[in-house]
Amino acid sequence: MRYAMAIDTKKCVGCGDCVVACQTENNVPIGFCRDWIVENVSGSYPNVEVELRSERCNHCDNSPCVRCCPTGASHIIEGGIVKVTHDECIGCGACIQSCPYDARYSHPEGYVDKCTFCDHRLAKGQTTACVAVCPTNCLYFGDLEDPNSDVSKALKNRSWKVLAPEAGTKPQLYFLT
Amino acid sequence: MKEELFVSGRNIPNIDPFLNIWHWEIPLYLFLGGLAAGIMFFAGLFLVMGKEKEMETTVKWAPFLVPVALVVGLFALFLDLKHQLFFWRLYTTIRMESPMSWGAWTLMIITPLSFFWVASYIKEVVPGWKWRLPIFESFESLVIKYRKHIAWLAMGLAIILGVYTGILLSAFNARPLWNTSILGPLFLVSGMSTGLAAIIWMSKSHYERSVLSKIDIALIGVELFLIVHLFMGFLAANQVQVEAAHLFLGGEFTVTFWVFVMILGLIVPAFLETLELFGYKIPMWIPSLLILIGGLMFRFIMVEAGQITRYLY
Repeated sequence: MRYAMAIDTKKCVGCGDCVVACQTENNVPIGFCRDWIVENVSGSYPNVEVELRSERCNHCDNSPCVRCCPTGASHIIEGGIVKVTHDECIGCGACIQSCPYDARYSHPEGYVDKCTFCDHRLAKGQTTACVAVCPTNCLYFGDLEDPNSDVSKALKNRSWKVLAPEAGTKPQLYFLT
Repeated sequence: MKEELFVSGRNIPNIDPFLNIWHWEIPLYLFLGGLAAGIMFFAGLFLVMGKEKEMETTVKWAPFLVPVALVVGLFALFLDLKHQLFFWRLYTTIRMESPMSWGAWTLMIITPLSFFWVASYIKEVVPGWKWRLPIFESFESLVIKYRKHIAWLAMGLAIILGVYTGILLSAFNARPLWNTSILGPLFLVSGMSTGLAAIIWMSKSHYERSVLSKIDIALIGVELFLIVHLFMGFLAANQVQVEAAHLFLGGEFTVTFWVFVMILGLIVPAFLETLELFGYKIPMWIPSLLILIGGLMFRFIMVEAGQITRYLY
């Protein structure tokens, strides 16, 4: 099993619903978030292009955060999800430094926190909070090894990119372009 | 093409607009760790060479700084942790892939070792010193008996500690300024140079100072060579590392780096030490102080600048 997410940059309107849903579902403290929207404007007037991306942890296959963790608090569970065990985390910040996507933050209680692909919801057979609320259905989640999953089908029919592939992390968020 | 980046929906202090997770504690520790490694290495080296008499400060006096530096450095590291009550988790596992795990275990061995070293010389350095418990007496004679073995071990661990201070940073692929293998040797050499500077400052023997100055000048030469290669490597690398180099070549760290690290921290002290070797009277605390300040500045600049650099996408 290999969980992954595809984000349709052509359908995303940047409403931020995924951000709020995640904050609510996961009790993210005020002033922090596990997912966020990037609005990337390129070109020079009048030829400008906008790309909207809902970003979160890339749950990398080759995850630098797991490698650099001195206590093993950062680890990978079934499906390739990168998680942090709170009472093993010493808050040294190494994983935050190691992430090319700046997907981790220091929780006010001391440990490091990040997106979990809502594994507590997956265990109940539900999808992630962000996917569940997206009003434009621009987020696709599922098992890459299952050719009939939403994410596999989305990637099959569209061209896509990943962020900073040169970092060598093998990220698992696919942005449909 | 002009490109702009707006980030909405995320406004996390210390991550946006740029990372600022590691503050003064980390560079201070990197400095003290390098200093301790430098002193420990040369104390071990001259003991193994049988120069205990001629190089008295190096072998007997200066190592008193090592446990102090390590304890203060460790305390700084502890302060840096955000989940402090769980710090012992470092010692319930050994993770080969994590430089920080290596560092934690190295410190676990080298810190007590530095205390043993000091304890074995305390009677010579503090006349009339008496251990309160007889067990310390027997332990002391044991340490003295195996002094040469301990010295070899100390040298090995000092090199690991010195390199580690650089590798801690260079292992982070996500921070282009740090992500270069030159940082390991560079921090090792710089740490050794600061260690020598501390010993030279303490030493009263002209012979000892001149031997150490010669080594120090050579080390500063190596350091300059490595720094030149650091920038050559960056400028020949990919865009993110070219931009990292430009922080020092016209960017916001240009003046602090070139004035305080390169000129006042390396070139001027090397010049003063050379003049002293040619017989000019130079108070040796001046180059020593400059090297120590330069080494400290270098680590502060590297830690802060590194956190500004990032991948672009």
